[in-house]
Amino acid sequence: MSIATDNPPVAASPPRKPRWNAHAVTHALDRLGLGFFSPFVRLVAGDEPEKQVHEITLNIVLPGVAFAIFLGLWALAASHIRTDAQKIPSPAETWAAWQGIVKFAKNESKKADAFEARMKTVAQKQIDVADSQLPILEAAKAVGNTVEAAAIEGRIQATRERAATYLERKYVGPPTFFTQIATSLFTVTVGFAAATLIAVPLGILCGLSKPFNTAINPLIQIFKPVSPLAWLPIVFVIVTALCKPSSGDSFITRAMLISAGTVTLCSLWPTLINTAVGVAGIDPDHMNVAKVLKLSWTQRIFKIVLPSALPMIFTGMRLSLGVGWMVLIAADMLAQNPGLGKFVWDTFQNGSTTSMAQIVCAVFAIGIIGFVLDRIMLILQRLVSFDERAI
Amino acid sequence: MSYFEAWNLQKIYRSKRGDTVVVQDFTLKMERGEFVCIVGHSGCGKSTVLSMVAGLNEITGGGVILDGREIDGAGPDRGVVFQSPCLLPWMTTLENIMLGINQVYPHVPKVQRRQIAAYYLDRVGLAGTEHRRPAELSQGMRQRVGLARAFALAPKMLLLDEPFGMLDKLTKVELQDVLLELWNRERLTALMVTHDVDEAIFLADRVVCMSNGPEAEIGDILEIRIPRPRNRAGLLETGEYYLLREHLIDFLENKSHLRPSRPGRPAPGATSATAPMP
Repeated sequence: MSIATDNPPVAASPPRKPRWNAHAVTHALDRLGLGFFSPFVRLVAGDEPEKQVHEITLNIVLPGVAFAIFLGLWALAASHIRTDAQKIPSPAETWAAWQGIVKFAKNESKKADAFEARMKTVAQKQIDVADSQLPILEAAKAVGNTVEAAAIEGRIQATRERAATYLERKYVGPPTFFTQIATSLFTVTVGFAAATLIAVPLGILCGLSKPFNTAINPLIQIFKPVSPLAWLPIVFVIVTALCKPSSGDSFITRAMLISAGTVTLCSLWPTLINTAVGVAGIDPDHMNVAKVLKLSWTQRIFKIVLPSALPMIFTGMRLSLGVGWMVLIAADMLAQNPGLGKFVWDTFQNGSTTSMAQIVCAVFAIGIIGFVLDRIMLILQRLVSFDERAI
Repeated sequence: MSYFEAWNLQKIYRSKRGDTVVVQDFTLKMERGEFVCIVGHSGCGKSTVLSMVAGLNEITGGGVILDGREIDGAGPDRGVVFQSPCLLPWMTTLENIMLGINQVYPHVPKVQRRQIAAYYLDRVGLAGTEHRRPAELSQGMRQRVGLARAFALAPKMLLLDEPFGMLDKLTKVELQDVLLELWNRERLTALMVTHDVDEAIFLADRVVCMSNGPEAEIGDILEIRIPRPRNRAGLLETGEYYLLREHLIDFLENKSHLRPSRPGRPAPGATSATAPMP
């Protein structure tokens, strides 16, 4: 039996309009620097399908092919490059190492949970012991034996305090890959924040005052190209002189401060220079407005200078964060700050069969985090920029 | 004494290769509420005169007195409308106007200051655009905000530096009406630079013609006795308009190279009367 013949012709239904606004979604994606997803959104919305398919081919398939070729070359290199002790890990070995890292982290977190549960039961036992003493205390008080009652009360107090110390105990295990990432992010944030706080005011001064700029420009030019490895000993001396040795469980340790300080010294230059250029390049018309209105010094800074230089400042901050993240890995290695740099160095020194694969994992993690940080800064940069043609 | 007086105003740029005299012996008196236009060829120094009066350009000789006091630097007692609207692109239209009002009336409650800003925004025909940014406005709308900002300062004097020079003809006509309407209400003493002869006749009580630069000076002063309030259609019906227009164009084309203070000596470097100066 033929199906096609007795089927009634289906009336062409009008193209269905999506309930959501595809344009708004793609606009938001573009603002977030995720523009390569917009063709998918447009395709779903039924907007020029051929064009979107072409865009997707161009933006997704091509990078995919390039990545596949890269994996192939990598595998080829892995099978040929080896020393007596080490070899370049293949992509498969790297993937296995990554799974090992994740498994280790999960195990550690399980161990920590178990430790906490154990401490809770131990503490509960102590509390129970203390509670069991309460009726005896009441009885002693009832017969008027105050000496005995005070002794019992002291015992109860001591037991309760012991229970509290059990609850406060923290699991001390080796740092996992993810706690090291957290340490690195915290360190770079501290260093970058300090760099911004120093560089922006200095940059504004440089941009506003030509004499000041002339005075400190040689210093900027000399210190800008200095390697983080050269700064580190100096920061080491400063931090060691100024800070007491830190207690174990604090996030802010000497090693962290040395790392962060090195990041600050290396990453403040792009922000400083961009701020100075941005401030010096303020539209003279805007300054004329400030003059006509007789704005005070602070008003000029906060109403005219800063908003006008903000796009340039953020461009500089974006560059700074990139430099800072790169410097941090080297600084972590030397300062023994338990971040990603220390992970790479320790793993390399460890020299086990999976070490190199773990280092390659760290390389990818460093790259991806750096990319994400850059995207965050790009979004911020776009949020503060204004249409410069509209003056 | 007049409300506004500029005497022997002079601008010299000094350099190694010798001094360049841009403007010299610019003397002008204005009564309170008078509207004066300065016309002249490009580069004749008319904008220099205006920016010296505004206090944005250093005065190298002579002086300016406004309301009994010699001016020294820029200040909100002289509202300036620049050639480009010069709005701050990171502020909304209301904030742009408020910036000046906050300076002039620091002790007035904020609600009232906002009302003043909203009033002037309404007067220039931009009610409802309070929270838009300059990027969202057309060039003509931006210059309307520029006018509102200057008038909202309630200045002793209004200085307009070719405010409609960057606009197309239709927008220009609209904005001239907006300006005249505002001026009719407040009768601010206004000094305006323009190279549009029709604009000068339509707006001004007197038109000052400047000779070509360098060493520009006042060549001729023309009284415009067309009664106010003026409107464009009425203006075209008066015969006087055509006479004034002819007189001004004749000056700009044939006499602007002459030096009234030194008869018979043409401007240095001037080869042809109509050639615009660089």
